[in-house]
Amino acid sequence: MDNLKIVETKIPPIRNGTVIDHIANGQSLNVLKILGVSENNIDSVISIGMHVPSSKTNGWKDVIKVEDRELDHATVGKIALIAPDATISIIRDYYTAEKFRVKLDDRILGLAKCSNPNCITNRGEPVTPEFIVEERNPPKLRCVYCDRILTQISDNLL
Amino acid sequence: MDFYDKDLVSIRDLDRDQIDCIMDLSEKMIPYARGEKVKKALDGKVLGNLFFEPSTRTKLSFESAAGRLGCNVIDVSEMSMTSMSKGETLADTIKMVDAYCDVIVLRHPHEGAARLAAKFSENPVINAGDGAGSHPTQTLLDLFTMRSAKGSLDGLNVVLVGDLKYGRTVHSLAEALTMFGAKLTFVAPESLQMPSDTFSHIVERGCKPAKTPALEDVIGQADVLYVTRIQKERFPDPAEYQKVAGMYRIDNAILREAKSDMIVMHPLPRVDEISPEVDSTPHAKYFEQAFNGVPVRMALLCAILGGDIDG
Repeated sequence: MDNLKIVETKIPPIRNGTVIDHIANGQSLNVLKILGVSENNIDSVISIGMHVPSSKTNGWKDVIKVEDRELDHATVGKIALIAPDATISIIRDYYTAEKFRVKLDDRILGLAKCSNPNCITNRGEPVTPEFIVEERNPPKLRCVYCDRILTQISDNLL
Repeated sequence: MDFYDKDLVSIRDLDRDQIDCIMDLSEKMIPYARGEKVKKALDGKVLGNLFFEPSTRTKLSFESAAGRLGCNVIDVSEMSMTSMSKGETLADTIKMVDAYCDVIVLRHPHEGAARLAAKFSENPVINAGDGAGSHPTQTLLDLFTMRSAKGSLDGLNVVLVGDLKYGRTVHSLAEALTMFGAKLTFVAPESLQMPSDTFSHIVERGCKPAKTPALEDVIGQADVLYVTRIQKERFPDPAEYQKVAGMYRIDNAILREAKSDMIVMHPLPRVDEISPEVDSTPHAKYFEQAFNGVPVRMALLCAILGGDIDG
């Protein structure tokens, strides 16, 4: 039996909402964290497919479907931090109304903390961690304050 | 070149033309730094000298530079003497000091402190060293010392030896030298080699530095030997410090392998990296280097605060 069919059965199509596909394997919960989606602020169904076969890469991926909520470009751009290959589909009445790839902004504010414990942003000062995006895939961020390169982004999400 | 009202947080804030401009202005400052000429170009200005970590040369040379130009200095030398000991944030301290002065000079034990200060201060901030991070005014005086001794900064063969991991002066210096086409060699045990971030940045700027633990293999080609202290206070584990302390000692015996016009520099303080017998040789430039902190910081203060030495 084709693996993809099993997946489609387990994560059914949605009528309206957003599909985030081609998330790096194992990163779907971090994606929800970055999007600020939790049980406290959403009234619709969220389906998560973890460790799903990817026909595009012949490897594994994660998929998220958020019903009745259309995520805008700026919001989903943030997930390129940990899922630079992700694609976003906006679904309206079962049809794909829009489809695009995520893209990181030039600067990242407040999504991750600096990995340098001696950085002033980790010392209780009233500042939000900020990074310059030096490379996009894989993402390479430089702390605006201490210049340290942040590579293990998923370990340092706020 | 417009430096007026600008922060100086990292050497990366400057390009080659700006560095050349500061070097030229520093040259003009020398007779004023020695007291041979007097010009109160910054009369009525106030410098806030905030040192939350020990310093001798940087603090004193900023005070001397300001004094030579007629600029008043208010200062803090210990964190325990400020409201930071009561839990005040650096951000609040900076906002308060900002209201008392025209420029802030900051040394702080945490990396990124100067960038934070620049964000909260209306007046310009000069980084005088933030943890193991940047120390751009030291870099400028190092470059000035090299230029004065060698005539030009272009294409110098510079060997950096000692603690290249924790020594903040060498990070900024190595990055700045890439702008001048320097040939760089990093001499240190593997545990104290240049951090990968800094190394990659240097490579990205078109330089191909060599790494070795053996000073004797490379000293013969050097135009400049830049020696740093292995800093006990930066080692989390004293046992690690003991393993590497005293690995490199510059004395007249090893200098016999060097070119006759090679210069030896050191940001000071030294402990036993350079034997006192070297002090009287023509190679020794470290005390001149320490003096150069005054004209270079005078040049910076004048450029940032709008003082005119010629007017």
